[in-house]
Amino acid sequence: MIVAVTASSSFLSCSPLLLPCQGPNRRLQWRRNDKRRLATKVAVSGVITAGFELKPPPYPLDALEPHMSRETLDYHWGKHHRTYVENLNKQIVGTDLDTLSLEEVVLLSYNRGNMLPAFNNAAQAWNHEFFWESIQPGGGGKPTGDLLRLIERDFGSFEEFLERFKSAAASNFGSGWTWLAYKANRLEVANAVNPLPTEEDKKLVIVKTPNAVNPLVWDYSPLLTIDTWEHAYYLDFENRRPEYINTFMEKLVSWETVSTRLEAARVRATQREQEGTDTEDEENPDDEEPEVYLDSDIDVSEVD
Amino acid sequence: MTTVVFIILLAIFATSLYGAGGTTMDPCLESMKTASLPDLPYAYDALEPAISEEIMRLHHQKHHQTYVTQYNKALNSLRSAMADGDHSSVVKLQSLIKFNGGGHVNHAIFWKNLAPVHEGGGKPPHDPLSSAIDAHFGSLEGLIQKMNAEGTAVQGSGWVWLGLDRELKRLVVETTANQDPLVTKGTHFVPLIGIDVWEHAYYPQYKNARAEYLKNIWSVINWKYAADVFEKHSRDLDTN
Repeated sequence: MIVAVTASSSFLSCSPLLLPCQGPNRRLQWRRNDKRRLATKVAVSGVITAGFELKPPPYPLDALEPHMSRETLDYHWGKHHRTYVENLNKQIVGTDLDTLSLEEVVLLSYNRGNMLPAFNNAAQAWNHEFFWESIQPGGGGKPTGDLLRLIERDFGSFEEFLERFKSAAASNFGSGWTWLAYKANRLEVANAVNPLPTEEDKKLVIVKTPNAVNPLVWDYSPLLTIDTWEHAYYLDFENRRPEYINTFMEKLVSWETVSTRLEAARVRATQREQEGTDTEDEENPDDEEPEVYLDSDIDVSEVD
Repeated sequence: MTTVVFIILLAIFATSLYGAGGTTMDPCLESMKTASLPDLPYAYDALEPAISEEIMRLHHQKHHQTYVTQYNKALNSLRSAMADGDHSSVVKLQSLIKFNGGGHVNHAIFWKNLAPVHEGGGKPPHDPLSSAIDAHFGSLEGLIQKMNAEGTAVQGSGWVWLGLDRELKRLVVETTANQDPLVTKGTHFVPLIGIDVWEHAYYPQYKNARAEYLKNIWSVINWKYAADVFEKHSRDLDTN
């Protein structure tokens, strides 16, 4: 039996223990790494662990040479990424977070910026999987089609976008990520819906995030990311982050993947708009209790 | 004749004070001291095997040098902005100054926090710091364990510190994010030992094993520096 909470109150009233917590128009984007609830792993020690898996990159670990070395992949994917996944599983096994998809864990544990302990591992697990899929052997070059059109519309030209993206990545102090994201009709204020959405509001943005934060928490659709934690480039480039960023854009980025993600993001934005006109849900902090539905037909992980 | 020469010289002097744009320049700003990269008090390989020569070279000649260069650049921009009364730019420059200035301040302390084994690296501190550590943390091992746990737990980039709270007259263990100096955690905090847990501080040698780096660094920690700073401030506190 699944408990589904429909909250007409603010996000804050959704306890992390009540699942899932969906504010108005909150739709999950990524169903990858869904929990298969029955597929819990039993480690050698006999301890049952939660079921998130470390997905391998969609290419062999040495396929990105010489732009990103095999050694980097061995450590970055094989140690860093793996540790996030393993620690996340240990952290949430047996808790309410254990039955959710990775994206749901990220969103819930973000907790409006007052992050719960699972956020760091969950978000980093999500970010790294997204990162490996953002690049490919023989990547680089220029985007085409709708993606190029939107880039030119929102940044003036591809070259202008490139400069701004690289500059953002180079100036993101400390550890973090730089993203190209589709903002749809989200306003700058977190969780706010644009009351008068137009085509012009649906745009591409470049955002810098610190540490594990990603644009999912603002309900943006991430399209591309570059990891600027030092571990991402230190073995190949030492302190020379700008050189790493250049190489990433010229030789690694998978514009095909970015285009596919953009398509999905636009579909999602349109769907969301249509729902927005059906419901009158405005965020209203001073209001009634959330309604609780008990319905065995609702399977949270299949909501799309 | 000499009076005329004197007046001319005075005029030239006055003009140089006022500058070409006619704005008044505080002589203090003109002589503002910029930062410079301090020399390491030991050879690059002197902290082996705890910290490799490769790391020391990169850390000092690239990372710290970059903080110094960028900090000076920001200071110069700040000087111009202040002279122009460009308050927006003055405000905008603060984060660059904090990042890079903090980086310079922190690393300047860090090099002094380390010493080769044959120069006392790893040797436990003398009193009064030694007694203070026992009083606050139970033992030196207790302190080290706490600092290692805090340092390992830092998410992303930052530092772990042993500090002296001058106001409450007690030792503190703190962490700061990015290049925030210890003083951002408490106006009365004096840094005694700072350990860099940015990945660049250990990656070529330890890769993702930050805990291992923290375990090993204690063999080259210069307790004498920390004890001297502590003693100096304790004396100051006592005479207040």
